[in-house]
Formats: sequence, C-alpha cells, structure tokens
Amino acid sequence: MRAMKISLDIELKDIPGQLVHALKPISELGGNIISVLHHHNRKTPLGNIPVQVVFEIDERNVETLVQRLKRRGVSVLRVGRERLRSSKIVILIGHIVHSDIRDLIDSIDSTGFAEVVKLSLEMPAIDMKSSASLTISAVNEDKLNEAMEILGDVARKKGIMMISPI
Amino acid sequence: MRQSGKVVRITIIGFGNVGGCVAEVLMRRREAFIREYGIDFRVVGVADAKGVFVSEDGIKWDILRSFRERHSISRNTDMSALELIEDVEHDIVVEATPTNLKSGEPGLSHIIAALRASRHVVTSNKGPVALKYDELMNIADAKGVQLRFEATVGGAMPLISLIQNLEGNEVTAIKGVLNGTCNYILTRMYEEKIPFEHALREAQALGIAESDPSQDISGEDTAVKLVILANAVFHMKASLDDVSVQGISEITPEALKLADDAGYTIKLVGEVSRERLEVAPRLVLKGDPLDVRGTLNVATVKTDIAGDITIVGKGAGPKEAASAVLSDMLKICTTEKLR
Repeated sequence: MRAMKISLDIELKDIPGQLVHALKPISELGGNIISVLHHHNRKTPLGNIPVQVVFEIDERNVETLVQRLKRRGVSVLRVGRERLRSSKIVILIGHIVHSDIRDLIDSIDSTGFAEVVKLSLEMPAIDMKSSASLTISAVNEDKLNEAMEILGDVARKKGIMMISPI
Repeated sequence: MRQSGKVVRITIIGFGNVGGCVAEVLMRRREAFIREYGIDFRVVGVADAKGVFVSEDGIKWDILRSFRERHSISRNTDMSALELIEDVEHDIVVEATPTNLKSGEPGLSHIIAALRASRHVVTSNKGPVALKYDELMNIADAKGVQLRFEATVGGAMPLISLIQNLEGNEVTAIKGVLNGTCNYILTRMYEEKIPFEHALREAQALGIAESDPSQDISGEDTAVKLVILANAVFHMKASLDDVSVQGISEITPEALKLADDAGYTIKLVGEVSRERLEVAPRLVLKGDPLDVRGTLNVATVKTDIAGDITIVGKGAGPKEAASAVLSDMLKICTTEKLR
C-alpha cells in the first residue's frame, strides 16, 4: 500500500446523516480520517455546506473513492494531493540542537495534520544559544494554530524561546 | 484678541523631568493658551521629595524657571505635598512623581487626596492607574471630577484620546509597540547585526535606556501599559499578574537575521483584548504598520466598524509625557467649562 494524504473538498446537503453518508466510502476503502472541517458559515447559494476532509488512503484507491462518492450523490469539488495549504514561520532561540531538535520536529510531524517543511539554523559558537527558523505547514488555518500551540508547549518544556508572527 | 483668560489654578506634584517640563511649556505658551483657549494657567504650588513651594496667587514664572533649571525646588513652607493638595484651593493636580509598581506610592495617595478634595487629576504616573484603576475612577465619579492619564501609555501618542474618539465603535483589540527602549535596541540589533548587550549599552550611553533597564527589557513596562488599557478600555479589572510577559534579552542577532530572510523583523509587541493579555517578542512583517524603527511607539486599535486604526508617535521622554499631560489639562478645561 502506498499511503497518501488527501484533502477532499465536498458539498453536503444541510440535512442530518449527510456527513456519515459521505465518509462511509472512505473507511470502506481503508482510509484513515485525520480531520473534518465543516464550513457552516460558508453556505453555498443552494444551501449546501462546504466540508473539507483530510485523510490517509492507499493512493490506488483514490479514483475508486471519488467514483463511489459521486454515485452516492456527494458533490466533489476538489481532490487535493498537495494537502498542506496553510503555513507559518516561527523563530526559536535556545540550546536547540543540544536539547534535541528532533523532538520539536516530531511533535509537529506526528500530528498527521501538520509538518515542518523548512528549517534554517544559525549556530554562532559552541556553548552559545543557537537560533532557528521553522516553517510549519498544515491542512488548514485551525490545524496550523493547533500545531503552533503544540510546538509552543514543547519549546517551553525545553526552555527554548519561540517567537511567532502577529 | 483676548488679553486675559479664565484663571485655572494647578499644582505640580513631582518636579522631575516630566513635572519640570510641564512647567516650562506652561511658561512658554502662556500667551497662546490665553489667546487660543481663554485659559490662564497659574501654578499655585509645586512639590518634590525635598518639600513644597506654594503661592496662592500663582508662583512667579522666574521662580519656576529657576526650579526647572536646578531640577529641584526650594521650599517656602512646612506643608507636605498632601497638605498642598488638600488645603490650597486649586482646580487641577498634575501628578508626576516616579512610577512605583509595587505600592503605587507616593502617587496613589496624592491622587486619592486630590480626587477626594474634588480636584481634577492629570497623571503621568503608571503605578496608581495600573494598580487601582477602579478605586480611583469610583472616587472621581463620586466627586464629579476627571482623572486623566494619557501620558501613562505611549508617551506623546494620543492613544487613549483616539479610543475615546471612536464612539459608536467597539474596540476589539489593541496591539502595539509600547516601549521605545526595547524598540531602539531591537532596531539596532536588526540594522547592525550587533548582540543584545551591545545595543543595550549603546542605548544607555545615549540616555534612551535607564541605568537599570530591567523594567523595559523584561517587558514589564509594556505589561503595565496593557493593564491600564485593559482596565480603561475593556473594563477588565486586570492586574499585572494577568499578563503573560516575555522580554527581549534572549533575542540573538541570528534570530533577527533569520526573521529578515523570511521577510520579517522582531518587535516587542503588547496585545490586549478580552481573550488575551500578552507581551512577547513577535515576528512582524516588514512594511507592516507595526514595523516602526528606533524609539518610536505604535499601536493598532482594532474596531468592529472602523476596522484597524494605527497611530505612531514618540514614546519615551519627558517632553512627550509633558505633551500628553498638557493635552489632558486642556481637555479638562474645555469639557468642564473651566474657561
């Protein structure tokens, strides 16, 4: 199996049971749902609700899935394979390498909804504090903020200062 | 052209840089205040740590001038500052003693005494306003007098007046760079790639940072200003303990370089809203309204109708504080019909 993360934009009718109806084919095909985001505030002119589903699935099953969804009357707007759409940069200052930078990166990569996509490190001298910039990408803005909080907690525990954008 | 104006009697409590500078501007602009506002300010008493000088008809300007030049007053009475405030008839007390963040004293007692004696108060002293905002406002309301404190937040930048002028809008958040010393240090580190300690020493040599700069660089000074805004604008009954505070002493030139590479700079940003009271170094996009350099202060007021309004001005310094004090004094005169 070649697992792949997919971000799927669909529109659902605003009646009960629609979400389960739409998610069923994903689990039938062995997909692992990571996040579901309902945009209740962005109802379409026809009264449908946009929903973004992020999940992991065998790459070979993607086409089948889309067909099954359409057959069920779910309107599929977009199948995103580049799933990470929101990103932010943070600066870290402290004994970053000595306190094991892997933990920091893992804390984000293990979430399933965010990843560290870029890292720059400045180490002026041994025993001096180093500085790093990390770019984090996530499936959406909410998940990005969640990832930033996780990173903030890990940094605090390690005594590393984190500077985030306003 | 009016040659004489309504006499408004004031006392200046605390005759250091700010108090002295207020006196100096009153002397220099006396004719203009009479002409433009119809107000003839008379300083009937001044007090500093050494004593009190009082003259119920108004202290002669050449005497005030000599106090200003010597940076100290000579007393002509055994009266205490509190007795001056309570017993000598006057309209406005300018409270400009140094800030004490633990007890608020001696400013707190001065302000309480002045309000209880039904005198308007203008202060540049952050301590009493940050520590006892509600209590002071309750006394002022009960006595039907004003307590104004523009000089405590953002120096010459008329932030409180701006917010008071946004009637009809709901202010949802205020964020800004509210400490000129920190902004100078971070600007120099960014421009010259010099370490923090080096930039701090430079700021001290230039008189921008105090010999004990801890209140500035720890973020505490910014936190106090946020507490004042939280209480005055958001009615939050906040205290210093409610503010999450991080200072700038850990910031490295390398961090500023990395930020620069990504299109950002680092500023000590204070942020206040109902959900958040925080002082922390933050990444600010280059060219953002909050990206001001040197000792400048800036604040963005977020409102529901008008959107974002940003104000920039000189933060630190006795002249800037005196400017805010004078503007508060004139506001009292015009709104209370003292003229």
